[in-house]
Amino acid sequence: MTRLFRYKSFQVGAFGLVLALLPLVLTNRYYLNVMIFIGIHTLLVVGLNLLMGYAGQISLGHAAFFGLGAYTSGILTATYHMSPWPAMVAAVALTALVALVVGIPALKLSGYYLAMATLGFGIIVHICFKELNYLTGGPSGLVGIPVLAIGSVIFDEPARYYYLVWFATLTALAVSLNIVDSRVGRALRAIHDSESAARASGIYTSRLKIWVFVISAVYASVAGSLYAHFITFISPGSFDFMFSIKLVTMVVVGGMASIWGAVFGAATLTLLPEVLAVFHDYDIVIFGLILMVVMIFLPQGLTRGGLDLLEKYRFRRGVAG
Amino acid sequence: MTDLNIQPILKAENVSKSFGGIHALRQVSFEVPREQIRGIIGPNGAGKTTLFNLITGFYPTDQGAIYFNGQKLNGLGPHQVAERGIARTFQNVELFDRMTVLENVMVGRHPRTSGGFIGAALRLARHRKEEAHIRQDALEMLDFIGLGQRAASPSSALPFGLQRILEIGRALATEPLLLLLDEPASGLNAAETRELGQLICRIRDRGITVILVEHDMSLTMEVCDEILVMDYGRTLAEGSPREIQQNQAVIDAYLGEEPLA
Repeated sequence: MTRLFRYKSFQVGAFGLVLALLPLVLTNRYYLNVMIFIGIHTLLVVGLNLLMGYAGQISLGHAAFFGLGAYTSGILTATYHMSPWPAMVAAVALTALVALVVGIPALKLSGYYLAMATLGFGIIVHICFKELNYLTGGPSGLVGIPVLAIGSVIFDEPARYYYLVWFATLTALAVSLNIVDSRVGRALRAIHDSESAARASGIYTSRLKIWVFVISAVYASVAGSLYAHFITFISPGSFDFMFSIKLVTMVVVGGMASIWGAVFGAATLTLLPEVLAVFHDYDIVIFGLILMVVMIFLPQGLTRGGLDLLEKYRFRRGVAG
Repeated sequence: MTDLNIQPILKAENVSKSFGGIHALRQVSFEVPREQIRGIIGPNGAGKTTLFNLITGFYPTDQGAIYFNGQKLNGLGPHQVAERGIARTFQNVELFDRMTVLENVMVGRHPRTSGGFIGAALRLARHRKEEAHIRQDALEMLDFIGLGQRAASPSSALPFGLQRILEIGRALATEPLLLLLDEPASGLNAAETRELGQLICRIRDRGITVILVEHDMSLTMEVCDEILVMDYGRTLAEGSPREIQQNQAVIDAYLGEEPLA
């Protein structure tokens, strides 16, 4: 039975089934909301993981793309009364264009310099959200974002939105799994392992890095649009440097270079603050401690680390028995 | 109209390159005929690896030109040079260590294949077919270099000698006309070096021209048809292994007085 799990389609199918049945168990509105946020975060993290885990580039400003998606969808629908779905496409186009314009010069850098460039970019975009009052509503935020609808089905309840978000996220997961296990996916991993050897093997590394940067921005943009149409009110505070860091943490904790790791990372770091609320003021401390422990003992992240532990356990049992 | 068969596969014409104040290459000129096994020897710092880096597009030349099959390689990047048909290995083995042995060679198929993001994302039939070909071609290459049994091993788990061989296999997977090997025998024992020599001859038998930078004199003298000696960024001498061994200037600069096996 467990052999079946080696197949991508089975993994996605099994996960999809669990997701489809979950709302029957978690009928509580609060749990559904949490699951929706996990879905949105997963979508963000999968894209960022392609960039960081596979291609080995860093982005400390990814919240900017999330925000660009959210604000573009929000502004076009709330202020200009555009239909939400074309608005979402426009948001993706705009975010992709920004990613291209920023990516072309920035990705000529590497290491700390690239980190600083993306950091700077994220801060600039955040400032724009705060300062361009006439467009974004400034620090007070943007209200009145309409809900999504397909035909007569209106996505205004958590139960329905849950399915919408997870449909999008599951699609993104499947697409990413496909990309990673292909010529292009190997080329990305090659860039990470040895950029010189990748170039000598005929890989146009500068263009590929820009492509994956744009793709990760597109994932973030869709996540942003879904976020905007869910909570119907957005403010700059959600798209700041701290959120960019949180995204990077999700990638690292979940496991770089692991598509399923994105789910674990997103789930863990979305659930953790909720779970830790019990500790009141100490929640930040516990949060930090847990991160440190994971990084020290499972530096490859929860997914790889977990699988490694499982193998060790199996090995020990085999030897003893 | 030039007859492609008579034209040298590689021609360097007054190539010069400096890094800051250091003249790595000074007015280097030479030609390599097709299907030759050419050795380039010389002391460290002679400019051998720099020459490789210029040929494969990692750096531009300051002066002079390099012609491959009559076409100038000016301004081409490494990936374009690979597409044209020049492959290389690196002095410090540059494997993709987080990939398996097979995957390393599969990456070598990159310039001869075309599947992109869309085909991958949607698992289009054409793309899946190409993937199957890539896998098959890579397995055949592994058999050619003798690593067929280790296809699924992590490349980092291979002993060093086999890592060098794998790197050569990856380079061969790009279907080059010209293969540049940068100190391939470095770190290999005598038996491994002999096998490497045999592999190089088998590669030439497939119609691929090989240029070999080496310090291991037994391998170089054994396997090379012609040798170019470099020193301080200049060419010092050019000739058959026998001629080079007897060349006084070469002996003074590099080989020393010891008799060679």
